[in-house]
Amino acid sequence: MKRLFIATAFFALLVLAWHLLVRAEIWSPVLLPGPAAVGEYLWASLLDGSLASSSWVTLKRLMIGYLIGCLAGLPLGMLTARSNTLNDTLGVLALGLQTLPSVCWVPLALIWFGQSESAMLFVVVMGTLWSVLISVDNGVRNLPPIYTRAARTMGSTGFHTLRHVILPASMPYVISGMKQGWAFAWRSLMAAEIYVTLLSGYGLGHLLHFGRELNAMEQVTGVMLVIVLIGLLADKILFSPWERFLHRRWGLNG
Amino acid sequence: MNDPQAPPAKLLIDGVNKTFRNSRGEVLALDTTTLAVDEGEFVCLVGPSGCGKSTLLNLVSGLDTPTHGRVLMDGNPVTGPGSERMVMFQEHALFPWLDVLGNVLFGLKLKPGLDAKERVDVAKYYLKLVGLERFLKASIHELSGGMRQRVALARALAPNPRVLLMDEPFAALDAMTREQLYADLQKISAAQKKTVLFVTHNVREAVCLGDRVILFSPNPGRIREQFKVALPRPRDINDPALSVLAGEITRALKSHTA
Repeated sequence: MKRLFIATAFFALLVLAWHLLVRAEIWSPVLLPGPAAVGEYLWASLLDGSLASSSWVTLKRLMIGYLIGCLAGLPLGMLTARSNTLNDTLGVLALGLQTLPSVCWVPLALIWFGQSESAMLFVVVMGTLWSVLISVDNGVRNLPPIYTRAARTMGSTGFHTLRHVILPASMPYVISGMKQGWAFAWRSLMAAEIYVTLLSGYGLGHLLHFGRELNAMEQVTGVMLVIVLIGLLADKILFSPWERFLHRRWGLNG
Repeated sequence: MNDPQAPPAKLLIDGVNKTFRNSRGEVLALDTTTLAVDEGEFVCLVGPSGCGKSTLLNLVSGLDTPTHGRVLMDGNPVTGPGSERMVMFQEHALFPWLDVLGNVLFGLKLKPGLDAKERVDVAKYYLKLVGLERFLKASIHELSGGMRQRVALARALAPNPRVLLMDEPFAALDAMTREQLYADLQKISAAQKKTVLFVTHNVREAVCLGDRVILFSPNPGRIREQFKVALPRPRDINDPALSVLAGEITRALKSHTA
């Protein structure tokens, strides 16, 4: 209760400081809209449905691309950890591509797929895949061999060991990899949406882009707030439960 | 060995040796060894590090395969790990992603013929046996070292193996906890008539627990001498009679390794 109060007070003070700064009229309100103006924009765009539909378009792209990236990265990471040949080939490729900022995929995606949903999806998958793959590889590689030995003495073999020992044992790495993958996917998608306008759906990035074109600073600020809020919610909903579980079981500070 | 009158050995290590390859070439970890262990016998393998005692245990467990020779259990060759020969390691080797009950259930789930409720009953029975019935839902990291080894013992006992293979399971524990576990282990192995191979470098521990103590010497690892321990059970590690025998065995150990 006390922590909630402190958090609320902190953000209330932040908004108040913002408000006072605008009232002081140091900068033109066109450059720095107050919380009231931004709130007005957010309310209006909520009522006309544009905010919800843009958020949905963005989240849908993100979710699908992220899911594909995770589903591919998980088994590939396990394979590269178990096979020297795959590690020397696919593993090195993944390491290289992971260092490539995923927004760099946008020009290539546009040439390959045109201005289409596929291009967006491709960029998100590239943002997710490599970091998930590398984390899983790391997790499986650093597995204490005693776990699999103990499992074997109890009669566990093959797929059972993979599913019930190797996968859960490397969970701390897998979760941190998925979290990093999420962050990369989110950043690359925003960059792609700001950069490319698709007729198949306007995402939050497009709202930002249009805000700039219209010089509508309250829209730019409002959409930025929404993007921050989605990031926070994703962290709380997608990752916090896992991290709490890791903390409880492993005694780790996840 | 083939005398039809005598009961067959529970475990027969039959002319087994093991060579490991490392960067400098081949190393003979265990020289050709033959050893028979009777049903219900508690055999302790003692020796300094590198004497092949853990290697032998890994061969019996099926985690490693011998370079030559074979390991027989009830007359059948051991071809791989199996839950009729459960292993307890020096590190507890418990799974941190499972709670205490989940760890004991792991091996039971791989044993056919039990439904979910029976498995939980069996797991609870063994956790009670090691005195941890109040910690079913605890996480492994919350337990002390001694409690972790108790969970590991319950996990090894739960699938009801006929043979228990223990690789210095108490080496990392403090003296008080160890003494309690000596008492528990003697009680449990007597009540359940397990055949036990117990590896240790602690001679007193071996004399306290074993019906037979087998001395190993290193370079290459081989059996040097055997001692029957006829002291009455349950034994207390602080018993003077036990110390006398332990002293004798320690002198023998020194003469072999000098």
